Amino acid sequence: MDAIVVDSLEKTYGRGVKALDGIRFSVPEGEVFGLLGPNGAGKSTTVRILATLTTADAGSATVAGHDVAREAGAVRRAIGYVPQASGVDREATGHENLILQGRLQGMRGSDLERRSADLLETFGLSDKANALVKTYSGGMKRRLDVAMGLVHRPQVLFLDEPTTGLDPEARAAMWEELEALASAERLTILLTTHYLEEADRLARRVAIVSKGKVVVEGTPESLKSELRGDAVTVELDGTDTNRAADIARDLVGVHEVTKDGRRIHLRVDQGAQAVPVILAALDSAGSGVQSVTVSRPSLDDVYLHYTGRDFRADDGESR
Amino acid sequence: MTVVTQTLILCARVLRNLSRQPIWIAVMIVQPMFWLLLYSQLFKRITDLPGFGGVSYVDYLTPGVAIMTAFFSGSWAGMGMIEDLDRGVLERFLATPASRAAIVFGRILQAAIIATLQALLILLVGLLLGATNGGVIGWMVILLAAFLTAAGFAGLSHGIALRTRQEASMIAVAQFISLPLLFFSSLLIARTLIPDWMQTASLLNPVEWAVRAARGEAIPGTDWGEMGTFLLLLAGFLVLTTAFATRSFRSYQRTL
Ligand SMILES: Nc1ncnc2c1ncn2[C@@H]1O[C@H](COP(=O)(O)OP(=O)(O)OP(=O)(O)O)[C@@H](O)[C@H]1O
Ligand SMILES: [Mg+2]
Repeated sequence: MDAIVVDSLEKTYGRGVKALDGIRFSVPEGEVFGLLGPNGAGKSTTVRILATLTTADAGSATVAGHDVAREAGAVRRAIGYVPQASGVDREATGHENLILQGRLQGMRGSDLERRSADLLETFGLSDKANALVKTYSGGMKRRLDVAMGLVHRPQVLFLDEPTTGLDPEARAAMWEELEALASAERLTILLTTHYLEEADRLARRVAIVSKGKVVVEGTPESLKSELRGDAVTVELDGTDTNRAADIARDLVGVHEVTKDGRRIHLRVDQGAQAVPVILAALDSAGSGVQSVTVSRPSLDDVYLHYTGRDFRADDGESR
Repeated sequence: MTVVTQTLILCARVLRNLSRQPIWIAVMIVQPMFWLLLYSQLFKRITDLPGFGGVSYVDYLTPGVAIMTAFFSGSWAGMGMIEDLDRGVLERFLATPASRAAIVFGRILQAAIIATLQALLILLVGLLLGATNGGVIGWMVILLAAFLTAAGFAGLSHGIALRTRQEASMIAVAQFISLPLLFFSSLLIARTLIPDWMQTASLLNPVEWAVRAARGEAIPGTDWGEMGTFLLLLAGFLVLTTAFATRSFRSYQRTL
């Protein structure tokens, strides 16, 4: 069964800002799904609709089998929501935050106490359990945020940019915790992120969102392989790139050839197999080669390919 | 879990957080005592004027200061809501099955509890200054009036907070409303010393209802009917402002 089904959601905010424009995707139970996209793509808006915080203008969505618009109460019981901006009570301790969250979810007594102690332990916060959250580091606060989302053992967890703003060390720690979490339970996780690396590492499938729509969806591996294999860059001795390009184009397993100064870029099925063939062909035609590099396509390439924009440039503009 | 339990849990959270702020506690304790001592000295000879019914000014003033304090506690209550809103705490609550009403009620109850404790303190200090305020029944009425006043104005304040969603706007609106309400009342002065038209206008003022109810028993010559009417009016005011706050909550949610 699909734990999350998003069907053609549309939402326009006041003053005509179209945040969602027919976004659709679904997430099977127990899967970690990543929504990847630049600032303003509509990731948070999607998550907030799924968490019943706001409503869509058109389209429908179900979470854990409940319609988000008509059965908001059932959805709220089934989900954990970790907002993009931390929602912890800074004037309370970590333990108090967890207990309050559990109480609001209808838990109580020793079950809640035990669950809260377990989560503090899991997220490495036991030492600071009775310290006010305003004394926590950014990474600790974010881990508490995630723990709070989990206190009532939800079926579906929404993580809106769980590691944005964390330093690399805290990010790596968070990734480890999220990985453990994903493998441990039948929890379905919807994760939004700016970090291609994060989606690649944590999500079993990703959807790239741009301007309120999914532009492409699949496993990180399949998205990368849709770009047809590896990228090979050959730097030539001479300047006759045209002839070299023609030779390369005729070889088996070479898909795309582009020229760029003294270099030619090739897309090949298998870099390791193609390189000797390419070198031999160029050599016998008398074209000297200075260097060859092979690179695996990254999600960056996927992003560039599908949105026509460079991820880093996109990401940089509004930060 | 019922709305009542959730209200209590959410109210307890705020009270606990406030209890960790020693400066806030000190001000909450000292301020009403300060008002009482200051006014009782400042206006010591005011009871020589006709209209005070032969009671001491402290007798007259104690219920007034209790209501004024409750009025302020209520009026500024919305600041806490804005803080929760800014820090994402409110959004976090909204993603749980907790009743929306309980989120508002918890905050209103918190303001009312604090105001009632302050009123009790004022009555005790008044007692030291020689004001009995009509004994047990008088005290109960004053505490009830303080509770209703703080709760009623807290409802208004939270409604404004949820609509403005900005501290500066919230402060401006609260100030704009509070001064006229204080002056169009017999909070500090005998009703008969106020010009007629102001007396009439003051009958529309919930602060005046609270003052009249609170003084009903504390000042000799109790008119139970009048006192009951003012308490009922205050209760009605509370129902209205609570409804306003709850509706404002919905309008806030639409901006999410
Ligand atoms: N409450 C709101 N009121 C008005 N406009 C909004 C609101 N929330 C989001 N928007 C607009 O909707 C669009 C989508 O925003 P959203 O927050 O969903 O993007 P996002 O993908 O989460 O971006 P980011 O990576 O920066 O968090 C943006 O243009 C944003 O300005
Ligand atoms: Mg976002």
